[in-house]
Amino acid sequence: MERDDLIVNESYALNAKHDEAAGKQIRKKLYAVTVLLTVITIVEVFMGVAFKRNGTFTWEAIKLTFLVLTLVKAAYIVLIFMHLGDERKNLKYVVLLPYALFIMYLIFIGLYEGVSVQEGHNIFG
Amino acid sequence: MAGQAEHVTKDELWGGNRSPFSVSYGKMMMWFFLVSDALTFGGLLTAYGVIRHGSSDLWPVGEQVFEALPGLHGSYPLMYVALMTFILIISSVTMVLAVEAGHRMDKKGVVKWLGLTIIGGFFFLGSQAWEWSHFIHGSGGGFQVNQPMTVAAADDAGNTYQITLDNGTWVHMTSDFGHKYEHAMEAAEEPISHDAHGGHGEHATAETHEDISTMVPEEIILNKYTLEHKDGKDLRKLVVKGDDAKKIWAAMEPGSMAFGANMHKNEYAIQQQYANFFFFVTGFHGFHVFSGVLINIIIWLMAVKGVFEKRGHYEMIEKIGLYWHFVDLVWVFVFTFFYLI
Repeated sequence: MERDDLIVNESYALNAKHDEAAGKQIRKKLYAVTVLLTVITIVEVFMGVAFKRNGTFTWEAIKLTFLVLTLVKAAYIVLIFMHLGDERKNLKYVVLLPYALFIMYLIFIGLYEGVSVQEGHNIFG
Repeated sequence: MAGQAEHVTKDELWGGNRSPFSVSYGKMMMWFFLVSDALTFGGLLTAYGVIRHGSSDLWPVGEQVFEALPGLHGSYPLMYVALMTFILIISSVTMVLAVEAGHRMDKKGVVKWLGLTIIGGFFFLGSQAWEWSHFIHGSGGGFQVNQPMTVAAADDAGNTYQITLDNGTWVHMTSDFGHKYEHAMEAAEEPISHDAHGGHGEHATAETHEDISTMVPEEIILNKYTLEHKDGKDLRKLVVKGDDAKKIWAAMEPGSMAFGANMHKNEYAIQQQYANFFFFVTGFHGFHVFSGVLINIIIWLMAVKGVFEKRGHYEMIEKIGLYWHFVDLVWVFVFTFFYLI
């Protein structure tokens, strides 16, 4: 019996093509993203070397900046390099939402647990 | 564009006989695989965070542990790992250019850019091998003191501080003395043998090593990999000299000495989890890079042979591209959590 649960045609792959003019536009965008990612990395390294971790407000702010910059880098890689930004909305949500929810939950649980272990050390030595 | 954003009605989209996501089966499955793989890495990094957060001892500082460059002496904090990050970002760019060339059915472009991606992957793997070897080898070694004491220590600028060491404080040797001591210790553990079987010729040189019982360091380094603050002053890499160094040496906890890092001991921190997490997370990532390079080579050979030209589309480049970008993505996070924060 012929299976009807397979999507046999390759139209999705064939539709993905573009011409030279469009390619030029795309490459321009890719080079811009390259420069951006490089600059962010250089800034991060500079910040990592220049600022001392000393528990002050400055260092806490730097730490937060690292996280934001990392997320910006990740967003550009996923949306531009991995082309998720060009995919259908429903694929975007299917990929990003479960991950975001689960990982936020995991981080919450993890840090909560870590802090209480630390408190245990402080109290009981 | 890669997204195939053709316009279809809702009924058509969800009515069956097509992908509601407008992507092929293979590409969708690659995305699903990447989500599950991302959860694995997310779990590893979160576990690292839990251990680090819950640790009552000082955690090593990335810019103090990773400050070496191959073939150079001196301190170049984070430069090597920044270079590695840059290599990986560039190889990601060449990969996305290969994908773009594929969308134009440009076989020459695909072969060129994918080839460069493979070279970038090899560069990264080589860098990581050096990084690991440096981490395992260490620079000087450290040990724990087994009694509290107060010593005079000086910083770079020549300021002297009275530092109180607790029982169990982790201190470090200079790299010159540490390496000499490590070799002498190894030589002392293995008896000198000019055995006839050969292959152990290096032990013959053991005679030239000093007797470890008479070796005493002239300098001991405090806070080599950790950062302490006192009255707003930065107390990293303080040097203890002379009699105080001898006093610390005499108070060495037997068996606590560690050189570099392995699965049981490490010189960077009291917490062994630090080394274990480094090995496991960067190793797991390195394994991903390694398999990515292998897959890239296979696909590159297929592209050279014209398989995709015959197939009529280069979607395979897109799929392996997703995997390769994911590897870059993971490194962005590893870089932040292991080296920066």
